[in-house]
Amino acid sequence: MIDFIASNQEFIYLLILMIFVGIELISHVPSVLHTPLMSGANAIHGVVIIGSIIVMGQAEETLSLIFGFIAVVLGTLNVVGGFVVTDRMLEMFKKRK
Amino acid sequence: MTAMPQMVSFFNGMGGACAALISVIEYRHLMHNAPGGIAELLANGAETGNLTRLAIMYAGLIIGSISFSGSIIAYGKLEGKISDKVLPGQQFLNIGLFLGIVLLAVLSVMGVLESDNLLYAVGALALAYGVLFVMPIGGADMPVVISLLNSFTGVAAAFGGFLYDNKVMLIGGILVGSAGTLLTIVMCKAMNRSLLNVLIGNFGGGASGAASAASPQGSVKSVNASDAAILMKYAKKVIIVPGYGLAVAQAQHVVHELEGILENEGVEVKYAIHPVAGRMPGHMNVLLAESNVDYDKLVEMEDINPEFNTTDVVLVIGANDVVNPAAKTDPASPIYGMPILEVEYARQCIVMKRSMSAGYAGIDNELFYRDKTSMLFGDAKKMLTELVSELKAMQ
Repeated sequence: MIDFIASNQEFIYLLILMIFVGIELISHVPSVLHTPLMSGANAIHGVVIIGSIIVMGQAEETLSLIFGFIAVVLGTLNVVGGFVVTDRMLEMFKKRK
Repeated sequence: MTAMPQMVSFFNGMGGACAALISVIEYRHLMHNAPGGIAELLANGAETGNLTRLAIMYAGLIIGSISFSGSIIAYGKLEGKISDKVLPGQQFLNIGLFLGIVLLAVLSVMGVLESDNLLYAVGALALAYGVLFVMPIGGADMPVVISLLNSFTGVAAAFGGFLYDNKVMLIGGILVGSAGTLLTIVMCKAMNRSLLNVLIGNFGGGASGAASAASPQGSVKSVNASDAAILMKYAKKVIIVPGYGLAVAQAQHVVHELEGILENEGVEVKYAIHPVAGRMPGHMNVLLAESNVDYDKLVEMEDINPEFNTTDVVLVIGANDVVNPAAKTDPASPIYGMPILEVEYARQCIVMKRSMSAGYAGIDNELFYRDKTSMLFGDAKKMLTELVSELKAMQ
């Protein structure tokens, strides 16, 4: 356990710091904006696409390649769709002149 | 705009599936390099790091799969394609299934169960669990569930970051994971219920509590548009309570027009926004902002509640559970304890609704039977248009 922590120190620091950033983020956003916030968060976890690209790159067999392809497509959908939905929501909050 | 929540859920499911697939492919990759199967993979697992890898893969797979199938069910529910279903003893089935999944994963990582295909079985079980997990939760609680699943996907993405030593994935995933979890809790608080209560409470699933709660007696008074228009024209202060019905009818522009006419008559008009009106927090704000309603006129629940007893007319448009006094008075009601807009203190209350049918919580609303309440039956957009033309005719 100690070994694990020692070898992943940097990651564990990041993990703890990001938890605090997440909490800070939510507590400063007024509740009316929670829906776009959720949608934005939804787009952000689309970073899984990085993982799917890495994993597709190292696939040795056809089936893995097919799965990898599907994963990349789904990840892209997540990022693009997430940001489009967020943008459409925020559009409605814009101040008019 | 009413379709936005389901889109969030749908895209969230895509991310979950992506995270789960990553685990599957990485597992196939590791197995490819270990012809001896999982036993070879785990031999010296601690030194080669395969042990940690397998554990992370299982975690990513389970969370990603639950997030995927759960999100798709939530999407279907919000679209109205899937109805709430509760199997007898589902609570126990769910808990049992979840423990089973975790147990299988742990046994596999510990090398007790040496089967190469165990990971796929766990994935399939996790998919089934996602379905069973969301199935009994009522449609009104879907935003909470979506937010929870959203944070799940974040955590699954973070596991991917661990797997590949990728800091961007870790940062993004954990950020969403922690923010999403907190958001879920905040949403539950707005409804004055605990997360556990939301997850096992099957709100509106035809539970015995809802059926046996004393159903209000008395007659319902219905009015027509011209009477309602007169009432509002001679009022000093009108508060409009928008709900999901307004969003469905896409009546936000007409309601703004109505507000303009009333203001010209010297009536003070405000909107009372319940935090969970509509299907998501902020749903009503977004909707009314779309039709250029002044931001200052949208008043949140805590600020508007003391104003109701000085209000002449409250116009409830397609809202039901958020104005149900049973939430304060009837401990048997499934929504008991939820903060509501206290419209019953206003001098007159006009409720615009398509029919007497129950709201999302599936319960009757005693407000409709009160003396001060008049019902204006019809589609929100149609009735608002009639109100507007009546008011114009009177000018």
